[in-house]
Amino acid sequence: MFGYFISRLGMFIPTFLGVTLISFMFIRVLPGDPIIVMAGERGMTEERYQEMVEKLGFDKPVLRQYWDYLTGIMQGDLGESFVTKKPVWDEFFALFPATLELSICAMIFAVVLGLPAGVIAAVNRGKFFDRALMSSALVGYSMPIFWWALLLIIVFSGNLGWTPVSGRIDLLYYFPSVTGFMLIDSLLSGQAGAFQSAVRHLILPTIVLGTIPLAVIARQTRSAMLEVLGEDYIRTARAKGLSPTRINGLHALRNALIPVITVIGLSVGTLLAGAILTETIFSWPGIGKWMVDSIFRRDYPVVQGGLLMIAVIVMLVNLLVDVLYGIINPKIRRR
Amino acid sequence: MAELSATPTKTENRPSALREFWYYFSENRGAVIGLWVFAAFVFCAAFAPLLAPYDPTEQFRNHILQPPAWQEGGSWAFPLGTDPLGRDMLSRLIMGSRYSFFVGIVVVVVAVSGGVIIGLLSGFAPKWVDTLIMRVMDIILAFPSLLLALVLVAILGPSLTNAMIAIAIVFQPHYVRLTRASVLAERQKDYVTSARVAGAGRSRLMFITVLPNCLAPIIVQAALSFSTAILDAAALGFLGMGAQPPTPEWGTMLAEAREFILRAWWVVTFPGLAILVTVLAINLMGDGLRDALDPKLKRS
Repeated sequence: MFGYFISRLGMFIPTFLGVTLISFMFIRVLPGDPIIVMAGERGMTEERYQEMVEKLGFDKPVLRQYWDYLTGIMQGDLGESFVTKKPVWDEFFALFPATLELSICAMIFAVVLGLPAGVIAAVNRGKFFDRALMSSALVGYSMPIFWWALLLIIVFSGNLGWTPVSGRIDLLYYFPSVTGFMLIDSLLSGQAGAFQSAVRHLILPTIVLGTIPLAVIARQTRSAMLEVLGEDYIRTARAKGLSPTRINGLHALRNALIPVITVIGLSVGTLLAGAILTETIFSWPGIGKWMVDSIFRRDYPVVQGGLLMIAVIVMLVNLLVDVLYGIINPKIRRR
Repeated sequence: MAELSATPTKTENRPSALREFWYYFSENRGAVIGLWVFAAFVFCAAFAPLLAPYDPTEQFRNHILQPPAWQEGGSWAFPLGTDPLGRDMLSRLIMGSRYSFFVGIVVVVVAVSGGVIIGLLSGFAPKWVDTLIMRVMDIILAFPSLLLALVLVAILGPSLTNAMIAIAIVFQPHYVRLTRASVLAERQKDYVTSARVAGAGRSRLMFITVLPNCLAPIIVQAALSFSTAILDAAALGFLGMGAQPPTPEWGTMLAEAREFILRAWWVVTFPGLAILVTVLAINLMGDGLRDALDPKLKRS
């Protein structure tokens, strides 16, 4: 197991270096002089220009610049935002809990509905339930989520008035951020109605962000279950006279979960990409919206830092999934 | 024994590859429906200027935000209503199919041809080249595709062409991995060894001996990429980083319509519905293709 872990880590480091190289190159391959581009239409004085060149280290050799960038990253230095003048690192971690909260809720939504849907479809293979569930899953999988978000807003916010359209909580409530998770903070604040408000703000973004993972998990669970249900040990369990619930729930699902866990882990990239759209539509103050806004504001240090951080998170989760996979499935380790 | 003796006559009557493919494909009813919808989509894209009742950029100032024909205030002159600038929705949707089709084709062709060539090289090259290529692909895959496409477009400048380039780059690694994996599996087989012993050169081995036997999963993936490309291009258009107004691209149309969602449902509903139906049809077809082409996944 230890050897497996080390070999997996050995693959992680070169990829990490490559990712830093890509984000390092990002500012430098922009067409034209990046400093002029960042200054925008206002332009800048010669003095300020020199100051910027020095600050960004453009006067040093490229290799030296990369080395400085890399050592900076290791110390949590991703540069400063051009717009807010705050360190990118701090901004990222101030906004990340909002995205994390939304992603966790979306994943819970997807797993809680997707797993049973897949199991029910597999058990009723070829029958009405299977067809209905799998058709819906395919529709969900094909859904342009930005449109789905607008439709939900039209129905639930516009026509029914049940849910708010944007933000994380009503402006009425104000309390200091303790954990960064609005659901927990609103409970800790003890203000009446704050928690309900936070929940109501979360519902639509959660559904929108969770739709594609839900469809993927349902489809994957179904095919994994079908494979497992054909195994000999399931026939043995049936022959022993175990109840179908026990066979499907305990014997089959347990082994069918292995590929499903991989899919859940791999959905993290999808979730973060989906967060870009979902957060933009619902004005959710997380890193997805932050990235899009920064791209439009030409705040390149933020884009560069955000790109790197997101890639590192995706890689860390993939590493974690691989290690978990090695723990659950001993066959993988021995390869 | 009876079966064995019957074998020679059977091989003579063996259905052609295309017939066999159609037999498995048509067993999947969803796939056939998907194929018909896709055919309609291609027809729309091909004859858009003839089918569209008006010019998609023509503004009818007296008919701003007119509802669809079946709703009060609508007229059959504009069957699906008009947008905030008084442009005919139906004409814009029909013209929009061209952009989506174009995006799908270009992205798939670029990503598949690039990915297959790199994958073949990787499968045949010395170990260190293979490792290098695979690490580079891992690096690209570490970025969520939409984010990487968004950043690439930010570098290249927002336009439909740049969006297509960005999406094609992002999709490439999937084909590289897929091709490499099948090449590595095929290379071990006897027919490849016999071709090599017979004196086949490396490029003949790569493109003529091995490649045709690796195509099935690549074709299935290409169908699925076609739909993902349409989705991603629409998402980029929606974020203002793809096709620019007044282009009647479906995602861009949605972005323009956003502020009217509570006043005029039709300007939001139809472009999204067009995206969903097209993507769904292609995915249905993709499932059918997988059933028909990939013997391992048959009847699952």
